[in-house]
Amino acid sequence: MEFFLGHYAYWFIIVLLCIGLYTIMFKRNLVKKLIGLSIFQSSIILFWVSSASKWNATVPIYDSAYSIENTANYINPLPHTLMLTAIVVGVATLGVAFALFVLVYKRFKILNEDVIIQEMKSESE
Amino acid sequence: MIKNFPVIIPAIYLTAALLIPLLRSRHERYAHSIALSAVFAAALVSINNIYYVINNGTIHYHFGGWTPPIGIEYVLDPLSAFVVFVINSVVFFILIHAVKVNAIELHSKEIPYYSVVMLMMLGFNGMIMTGDFFNLFVFLEISSLSVYGLMAMGDRGSAFASFRYLLLGTIGASFFLLGLGFLYMVSGSLNMSDLKEIIPLLSNSPVLIIALTLMVTGVGIKMAVFPLHGWLPDAYTLASSSTSALIAAIGTKVSAYVMIRILFFVFGVEYVTEIFPVTLVLGWLGAAGIIYGSILAIAQKEMKSMLAYSSVAQIGYITLGISMANPLGFIGAVLHIINHAFMKGALFLVAANLRIRTGHSDISRLHKVCAKKMPVTMACFTVAAISMIGLPPVAGFFSKWYLVLGAVDNRQWIFMGVILLSSLLNAVYFFRIIENVYIKSSDSDEEMKSCTLAEDEPGFSMIGPLVLFAMTLLLLGLFNVYIVNNIILLMMPPGL
Amino acid sequence: MNNEMSYISYVPFLAVMVSLAAVPLIILSDKKPNLRESWTLIAAFVKFALVFSLVPAAMQGYTAEVNLLEISPGIHLALKADQFGIFFALIASGLWIFTSFYSIGYVRGNSEKKQTRYFASFAVCLSSTIGVAFSANLLTFIVFYEILTIATYPLVIHKETPEAISGGRKYLAYTLTAGLCLIAASAWVYDLTGTLDFAAGGILNHVSLSPSVAVPLFMLFLAGVGVKAGIMPLHGWLPSAMVAPTPVSALLHAVAVVKSGVFAVIRVVGFVFGPNVMENFNLNTILAAFAGTTIILASLIALKQDNLKARLAYSTVGHLSYIVLGAALLTEAGFLGGILHIATHATMKITLFFCAGAIYVNLHRENISQLDGIGKIMPWTMGAFTIGAMGLAGVPPVNGFLSKWFLALGALEADKLFILGIFIISGLLNAAYFFPIVHRAFFKEGVNLEGYGEAPLFMVVPLVCTAVFSVILGLDPDLFFNFYQFAFEIANSLLR
Repeated sequence: MEFFLGHYAYWFIIVLLCIGLYTIMFKRNLVKKLIGLSIFQSSIILFWVSSASKWNATVPIYDSAYSIENTANYINPLPHTLMLTAIVVGVATLGVAFALFVLVYKRFKILNEDVIIQEMKSESE
Repeated sequence: MIKNFPVIIPAIYLTAALLIPLLRSRHERYAHSIALSAVFAAALVSINNIYYVINNGTIHYHFGGWTPPIGIEYVLDPLSAFVVFVINSVVFFILIHAVKVNAIELHSKEIPYYSVVMLMMLGFNGMIMTGDFFNLFVFLEISSLSVYGLMAMGDRGSAFASFRYLLLGTIGASFFLLGLGFLYMVSGSLNMSDLKEIIPLLSNSPVLIIALTLMVTGVGIKMAVFPLHGWLPDAYTLASSSTSALIAAIGTKVSAYVMIRILFFVFGVEYVTEIFPVTLVLGWLGAAGIIYGSILAIAQKEMKSMLAYSSVAQIGYITLGISMANPLGFIGAVLHIINHAFMKGALFLVAANLRIRTGHSDISRLHKVCAKKMPVTMACFTVAAISMIGLPPVAGFFSKWYLVLGAVDNRQWIFMGVILLSSLLNAVYFFRIIENVYIKSSDSDEEMKSCTLAEDEPGFSMIGPLVLFAMTLLLLGLFNVYIVNNIILLMMPPGL
Repeated sequence: MNNEMSYISYVPFLAVMVSLAAVPLIILSDKKPNLRESWTLIAAFVKFALVFSLVPAAMQGYTAEVNLLEISPGIHLALKADQFGIFFALIASGLWIFTSFYSIGYVRGNSEKKQTRYFASFAVCLSSTIGVAFSANLLTFIVFYEILTIATYPLVIHKETPEAISGGRKYLAYTLTAGLCLIAASAWVYDLTGTLDFAAGGILNHVSLSPSVAVPLFMLFLAGVGVKAGIMPLHGWLPSAMVAPTPVSALLHAVAVVKSGVFAVIRVVGFVFGPNVMENFNLNTILAAFAGTTIILASLIALKQDNLKARLAYSTVGHLSYIVLGAALLTEAGFLGGILHIATHATMKITLFFCAGAIYVNLHRENISQLDGIGKIMPWTMGAFTIGAMGLAGVPPVNGFLSKWFLALGALEADKLFILGIFIISGLLNAAYFFPIVHRAFFKEGVNLEGYGEAPLFMVVPLVCTAVFSVILGLDPDLFFNFYQFAFEIANSLLR
């Protein structure tokens, strides 16, 4: 029981990860795949952010109630900072992906993976 | 000034990447000139770096003056200086070749193209020189996004292939990030040298095993280790000619470098061979990749897809060399990094020349007249093919020789057999092309006459780099001991 | 170890490079056949002169050595003109002179295409053959051995017919696989002994071996050198390679390539393993079994061939195993006979192949059944053929008798009467498959022979020279080149 409830955050992240991977692998529409990718990335970002949290600690902004020497009273700001970068990377990835979608749609008039592969195969013959 | 050596190269590329889009659309040819000068400058700096590092030792550059492990640092040690030199010099020659090719294939898209190439080089060079894992992730994504963009600038299904690569590549980078998260949680540091000290204290932690597995998987996807290579064939085949040459020559090598760093320099030889034997798995995957890549390459009808599967096999060699975890195998792997960069670069340039001249690079449609009209190209192809097969005195023989010596040293007879067998398989698909090009006459006369598409001669810019690559292969073979003794032995990870 | 006196000299290196230097000259003189041919001839004479200049010092026991380039840590591309090397180099370079004259006659008489490629490849082949002869260690040997393979491929596929292409593929398949086995075996030797240098008496002599190491290692070496040495069942490429023009068959497949193979066998038996190791693990029995079977089988198959060149091919396979069997005897006379047979078989077989080519160019006849009565119109050619055939059957005074005598003596010395029986039977079989040809030529009535005369002078003169030379060597084996003394001293040095 402790195994599940004590680590509920991790279980949630695992579920998100699996949903993301499932969507990428099994959905045929390219936009849905991208959504899956986004979910996948979000789960990892959540993982990092959750690593920063501590019991009975507050946000890492100077609070006069806790002294500056007691760093244990503030949660770790580093993962948050790094994840800001990671989120931006994810957004950039989304941007590039959408540009690719425009190109693919212009070329194939549809965003369904099966149809596109079929067309590419018949082109190369 | 000396302390700044590591940063000069990314700075050059960033400047060029931002300068090129400022050009007006009439001044497209300046895009190429700016890109070429940037790579030239970077190559010169990299030569200077490697010379300095060999004589004076490792350089550490602390960004913003913050000392690690709090700040981010760039580290130039013999290994990173060597790989930086390899990729910059190879890209310089490929870009010389690219000017005519892109003028034909990517007309009116040169400005965005060269700008993104500069970003890609920024990403790769940053990946190699960085001493901080999260910084590595950031530059990994920079380079990957640039490559996705470059690959989309082609025709036919290249945008779709690029999207598939985007999916797989981002998954790979995300696995890396996940593994890094575990590593950070258990160690508290992201700096590579710092982690090298901390990890031996944590050897019993199961979290470390997860971290290593995820990071290796992530890097493995980018490196196209079998069975994570699925993105590679379509990506190399469908991209435009000079993009294929660029990413085939250097893309996976940089990830191989990252793999070496993680396994040998951060986690340490003892950890990855005994405590949690990742090298065992990597060895078998490498061997499987070699056989798989070689056999599938034989089945391909088109030259670029054949070369793509051949690359999977070559990356298998590098993985095998890394997995041996002994000095000879390490030398073989690193030597193969530089050898393969030149060999594959040369081969993709040949494919590009063929496409420009005849409009296609299908193997079955090659015939004697092609050799007559493009004698230099085909001669360079023969040299590169001999090198890929692994015949002396060119470079490919020597990296295989070291790998075989390494396998014998480890008493891994099966791996030795795999390495040697793959030479035979390589011979099959390369000699098929050589036979077609030098001996086969075409069935129809129109095909024989229609061998030339382009009106003018290829010119120096398309043949020069190719000849240079071929000659370098010969030099790399004969003078490999110079490289081994003076550079590779210096970069040997401790404990090997 | 052996206390040979050595001195540094670049003459061996020059001897190798002479014909390589001629290659660009040959290619550039493509349009001027006479100039092109003169480059070949000049190179041949210079090469022979260089090799010959090493003879006096070698007679005194001095060895010319030069370390060219380090190509693997601790192993150099090194040339050493020891007596065995000079012996082989003399034969190869001397017979090249004759073959060059003969080639000129053949390709012009037949109006062959692609003559430049032919002469250029020939030059590279000779260069690598001399390199094989003068190799000081296994790695140098492998380098030149593989270059020989690559250089002979264009010659095998010269006619560019489908048979030629498939013959070439078979040739490559066999020789490349052999090369890989050789690489594996050398890596193993390096692992066992730490050195790859050839040493009379064997480098494995000083290392303690177990049967589970010695036997597989020997089998690997046997697979590696046995292909070019035509040991059954690895001889399959030889008959297929007869699609090549006759001068190619003559020099390469009767002298250079196959003699490199048996040269390699003796190097392996005497200079890598050494008589002691061979005897201790019964490796000589294994070798003798393969060689003996080959001799008998090849001679029997030769009896059934109607195509003249095919009969000569199988005869070559048989005679090569004479040399191998002589080495397997591990006695002084055995080595002496085997080494002498390298020289004697070369001169005799090349005469026979020259004759076959002359008949083809003159009359366009390839089969023995078509050769009735040609002795009357081509007396010189068939006269030389008779001399060669007599020598191969072991009839004095042709030099074949000399080497057979010592081989038989060696069998007696080793107390192996069974092998003596093999020699005698195969001598009879040789007579059985050669004398019918002579009989047909001189004693039967010709068909459709009006208007034909002797073959072109450029072809007849060389073959008469080699035939006469065979007789002279039979009468005085030490004339000019001290072949007998060389062979005697080599045999001695191996058994010391």
